[in-house]
Amino acid sequence: MTTFTSLRNALSPGKNAGELKKTKTRDKLFIFLFLLPALLLFVTFVVYPIFRSVYFSTFKWTGLGEATNNIGLTNYTKIFTDVIFLRAVKNVLIIIVLSLAIQLPLALILAVLVGRDLPGRGVFRTIFFLPYVLSEVNAAIMWSLLFNASPERGLLNAIVVGLGFQPIGWVSDTSVVMISIFMVLTWKYFGFHMLLFLTGLQNIPTEIEEAARMDGANSFQNFFHITLPLLAGTIRTSVYMSVLGSIQQFIVVWVLTGGGPIDASVTMATYMYKYAFVRHQFGYGSAVAIIMFILCVIFSLIYQALTRKPDYLSGQ
Amino acid sequence: MRKIISTPRWMRKSLPRTVQYLILSIATILIFVPIVILIFGSLKTTGQMYTHPYDFPYPAHWDNIISILKTADFWLMMRNSIIVMVSTTTLTVLICAMVSFVLARMEFRGKNLVFNLFTLGMMFPINVAILPVYFVLLQMERLGIHMIDNLVAVILVQTAFQLSTNIMILRTFFVAVPRELQDAAYIDGCTNFDFFWQIMLPLVKPSLAAVAALVMIASWNDLLVPLVVLNSNNLWTLPLGTMQFQGQYGQDLALISAFVALSSIPTIIFYFFAEKQIVSGLTAGAVKG
Repeated sequence: MTTFTSLRNALSPGKNAGELKKTKTRDKLFIFLFLLPALLLFVTFVVYPIFRSVYFSTFKWTGLGEATNNIGLTNYTKIFTDVIFLRAVKNVLIIIVLSLAIQLPLALILAVLVGRDLPGRGVFRTIFFLPYVLSEVNAAIMWSLLFNASPERGLLNAIVVGLGFQPIGWVSDTSVVMISIFMVLTWKYFGFHMLLFLTGLQNIPTEIEEAARMDGANSFQNFFHITLPLLAGTIRTSVYMSVLGSIQQFIVVWVLTGGGPIDASVTMATYMYKYAFVRHQFGYGSAVAIIMFILCVIFSLIYQALTRKPDYLSGQ
Repeated sequence: MRKIISTPRWMRKSLPRTVQYLILSIATILIFVPIVILIFGSLKTTGQMYTHPYDFPYPAHWDNIISILKTADFWLMMRNSIIVMVSTTTLTVLICAMVSFVLARMEFRGKNLVFNLFTLGMMFPINVAILPVYFVLLQMERLGIHMIDNLVAVILVQTAFQLSTNIMILRTFFVAVPRELQDAAYIDGCTNFDFFWQIMLPLVKPSLAAVAALVMIASWNDLLVPLVVLNSNNLWTLPLGTMQFQGQYGQDLALISAFVALSSIPTIIFYFFAEKQIVSGLTAGAVKG
């Protein structure tokens, strides 16, 4: 078998420069061939579409024939003055705030409760994580059964009426619908964050907590001054995933409400989908996609800048 | 493997086990409510669903389940979903392993550029990219490459959007293999490809399995790409078919419950077999990535 590694050549100095060069060329060919499929797919379906979309976002175009009616940045100014789009931004912010204020702390509390050596912790982990692996379509349909407005058919309203209140329009009342969507999102995703926290907790050496306790720290001090700071890295990851997921929230909302009633639960992604694939305003939809992309990039850059801070445990 | 660390004494002392179990049991019940209601519903007649929607289905009524299992459409969707899932997973694992190997083990000019390019993908999730991707598919269609209403397009687009995360996950595992092993292999006359195929891949098999499990779930559950790419109903995948089914039989809650329950079963079975892989993949991606 012929060999052509630079290392081999380095170890046998007798070999001439020609063979060394041949090795280099073979290495380059190998690298090129190994990167090629990924780069082809990535450039075609991820990078190129961004540019293509930036281009179309300056047109008024319905997708039929060539895009000829260039209207400059009009699409962008229209988007930022559209009440519905602003509501979509507000709804995304609502999802983000509720996730960070309720969903993540809930996941953290449950992770701490499951702890590290609770008998049956594996069973709880399996159960809490189950909704995450079910498809979003199925999750949304399951919940739409529970949200049925009639107390004779929907379990939630049966409970509400049973407690002596008026039935709630879970997905038909414009002031409640975002709460309902948030319930579904929490049900589906808190297990994922809990899993991250469980892994994070497992990485904290018990000695640190024991030592703090020896020094007289009580449970709360211990949790807030030892456990929480040491979990900072995991919490940051969790926050990042949660925010990025909220910005692009689509399927649960689309299947459950379609963004309704009267656009009360519209998100940026359902707004884009509606303009692009229902109303066929492709130029306008492109502009929305570009705005969402820029939001994701800005948020990721801010996150990266903030996470440069050293992590207590890994020292990175 | 990491050793199991016991719960610190302060935690144990402040919360008696019973309280812990009580709270966790309540959470468990809340998790199960939508699933149990669905299963109950799938075993009822439409009439029962209206009169006793959340009672235990007694006697169990299997007609809805059986009638769905008897329709060719359901099996067609199942077949399409399996084709897409298997192809996407195979392609993604193979391509990501190749890139991760080169990024972790070879030196070349432009390495940082390639790495940064793939990190960019993480900021451009498919839900945001779907319209831009659709433009490209339309353009390819016009150039004579059949993409719209073709399962191949679904597979390629899903794969493209799985690359970034999984390359980052796999790269950390490739980096972790000791350098000495590579030197030894090369001295013994291994080519780059031999080293990749015969030494590296077997060594990182558990992480390949983890990545494969994640991709399988993502592909199986994906709605958006099939929704945008596929028109003909004989190409629909399960999630797409489920959504259309709900639109069509929206009033027949028992039938829909049966359909959703049936289409969830493969995921649940898979989850119980591959939980370890899924969990290790997710935590590797989130903690290290």
